[in-house]
Amino acid sequence: MHVTFSEDELAFRDEVRAFFRNEIPEDIARKQRQNVPLEREDHIRFQKALFSKGWAGYNWPIEYGGTGWTIAQKYIFGTEMADANSPNIIPFGLGMVGPIIYTFGNEAQKLRFLPDILESNVWWCQGYSEPGSGSDLASLKTRADLEGDHYVVNGTKTWTTLGQHADWIFCLVRTSSDVARRQEGISFLLIDMQTPGVTVTPILTIEGDHEINEVHFDDVQVPVENLVGEEGKGWTYGKVLLQHERTGTAGVASTNYRLKKLRAQAARSVRGAAPLVNDRNFMRKLAATEVELKALEFTELRTLAAVASGKAPGPESSILKLKGTELQQATDALYMEAAGYYALPYVPDQYVLDFPEDARVGEGAETTSSLRYFNFRKASIYGGSNEIQKNIIAKHVLGL
Amino acid sequence: MDFSLTEVQSMLAESAEKFIANDYDFDTRQTIAASEQGYSSSVWRTFAELGWTAIPFSEADGGFDGGPIESMLMMQQFGRGLIVEPYLANIVLAGGVLRRIANESQKAKWMQPLIAGELQTALAFAEPQSRYDLANIETTAVADADGWVINGHKSVVCNGGHAGLLIIPARTSGDSTSATGITLFAVEGMADGVTRRSYRTVDAHQAAEIRLENVRADGGALLGDVNKAYATLDAVIDEATLAVCAEAVGIMQVMTEKTVEYSKNRVQFGVPIGSFQALQHRMVDMLTACEQSYSLLIWASMANADQSDEAKKSISALKYQVGTAGQKVGQEAVQLHGAMGVCWDTDIAHYFKRLTAIGQMFGNADWHLDKLAA
Repeated sequence: MHVTFSEDELAFRDEVRAFFRNEIPEDIARKQRQNVPLEREDHIRFQKALFSKGWAGYNWPIEYGGTGWTIAQKYIFGTEMADANSPNIIPFGLGMVGPIIYTFGNEAQKLRFLPDILESNVWWCQGYSEPGSGSDLASLKTRADLEGDHYVVNGTKTWTTLGQHADWIFCLVRTSSDVARRQEGISFLLIDMQTPGVTVTPILTIEGDHEINEVHFDDVQVPVENLVGEEGKGWTYGKVLLQHERTGTAGVASTNYRLKKLRAQAARSVRGAAPLVNDRNFMRKLAATEVELKALEFTELRTLAAVASGKAPGPESSILKLKGTELQQATDALYMEAAGYYALPYVPDQYVLDFPEDARVGEGAETTSSLRYFNFRKASIYGGSNEIQKNIIAKHVLGL
Repeated sequence: MDFSLTEVQSMLAESAEKFIANDYDFDTRQTIAASEQGYSSSVWRTFAELGWTAIPFSEADGGFDGGPIESMLMMQQFGRGLIVEPYLANIVLAGGVLRRIANESQKAKWMQPLIAGELQTALAFAEPQSRYDLANIETTAVADADGWVINGHKSVVCNGGHAGLLIIPARTSGDSTSATGITLFAVEGMADGVTRRSYRTVDAHQAAEIRLENVRADGGALLGDVNKAYATLDAVIDEATLAVCAEAVGIMQVMTEKTVEYSKNRVQFGVPIGSFQALQHRMVDMLTACEQSYSLLIWASMANADQSDEAKKSISALKYQVGTAGQKVGQEAVQLHGAMGVCWDTDIAHYFKRLTAIGQMFGNADWHLDKLAA
């Protein structure tokens, strides 16, 4: 057992570090530094830069155009990406539907969809939850009725993140109600958002942003070749995907970066006043969060090592989701605490590129701290609420 | 970065696991713990025969050159088996001092018998006023024409009552909390002026209050350099901290497994209590606490084996985690066992006591969190 990096791993780290320092388009890096929200095209340009480097499929096997990296390489990549304050990789294509298609899709689907996912030519979104089906996902009612060579889809999906940008949506739909278990009548369908009958309506989240949507399907015709795997097996595929999603949502590297930044920020004195590091209560909370995060980092590495030795990410990935989101939220709360009064101003319009510093309310990202705190309450709710994760662990890990 | 064990490491862990499964069930442990001596001489001989008492010593000294990874593997199993034999006191604490600073004749006299399982030893690092500060030493050693004269009070000395050899840190210069000015002496347990009050601790281990009144130490009793023992003490206590944390993780894992099992069998209101969601979620929290603690254990063990920049910090992080998670897992395991959890005849009760004792040793959770917060 060794925690230190080998020579090869150190060389790889230098290469990744140089990439993130030099190859992120300058205006995007500036937006990141100034806490300016990214546009659709910014995300695409960033992901295309990754593709050009051959790193878009950071998590994919080599045969589908992925990197085939070791765990240590993936760990280094994730850490360097976060430490460079780089944009996130939008997960729906590269992290979610891509792996589903190369695992369960047929050859035609792989040829048709995977290259555009890798190259970020197509923006995907996820259609799981419905207005009446949240934690009880298997109760979903969106129907896909087979009529000749196409399905006719009717229903509503909700909480669709960045659905307003999406070209395609992957959905869990009900193809049969005549089944012993509700889970058996569910299928996994790929739907072009341009198809007549698809409409997207925005939902504003607590902090006032447009991040999520409702997607309505009104007699939408979907060719049968867009069915992934077997009809009625969608629940199984979807579950695998959720396990991938949960591994991804731990967000260890990015929380780690944010905690490091917060520690540095706490050492700064504002106008000669005593810095926050002198506040023992605050520093103890910060240190406790750092310890838990370090533990989660190694829980994640152990999970990845198990995956690398041939196991699928199992129900243990629920622990990553649980703790990862708790720690994201704990970190958000610490940032808000650190901002003091400057957590109060609601001034989202000052987070535009090159907003004059002397006109800004609060320093740096202070006034975004509370917005993020509010927004990220979502983390313990999405991807299966944390209570659902506990149910999963109780049933599938503890055998209760 | 590499998470795999070597073949030798796997074999060590398996041999300890096998010993506990075959020769050290809970009833055996309770019988040994209740015996006059408090541990089994024959089990200790077996440890020596299996080579376990030689693990951390160098090959030149007849050992296996084992480090933090080997220690972690063994101590985790000792936790699972709730072993009462004084491995920590002998091999990790006193052995840790001897292998670092004993000269050849001292090694022949004390370290070789220790490795052979023939000599019991103790490191008397704590005093009534010192709490967790290793530099806080009021015991004095004053030089005269024939060597040194030692006076002081050492508290809760693990294995202190049985030890034929006591290692005594004493102040030879500086004020009573100064890190410089501490010197280590090897003192025979039966030496003139040594008074020992032996007792059991709550976890069925044993310890002693040791008073030293004009105890004479000659030149041969001086371990290492005069005034410069702090670094040795600090390094040995770090190793011991890692060791008890591994033991604690083993205990937490057993407590969680046993609690889950109990909840599947205990029927109330006509159903197993494990079917209640309120209890299921609490057991998930126990599992999560175990997994997180195990993760920090392997990080800290690797960081110390590799002597990375984070080696020292990782120990405080681990001890903080084990302190907080251990308290949670221990209390929940007892609670979910209902009244059985507070009965002397239930194994869970004894795991809880050892886990609680570990929380009090080598700096509690608060003490280590303060180091990390600084």
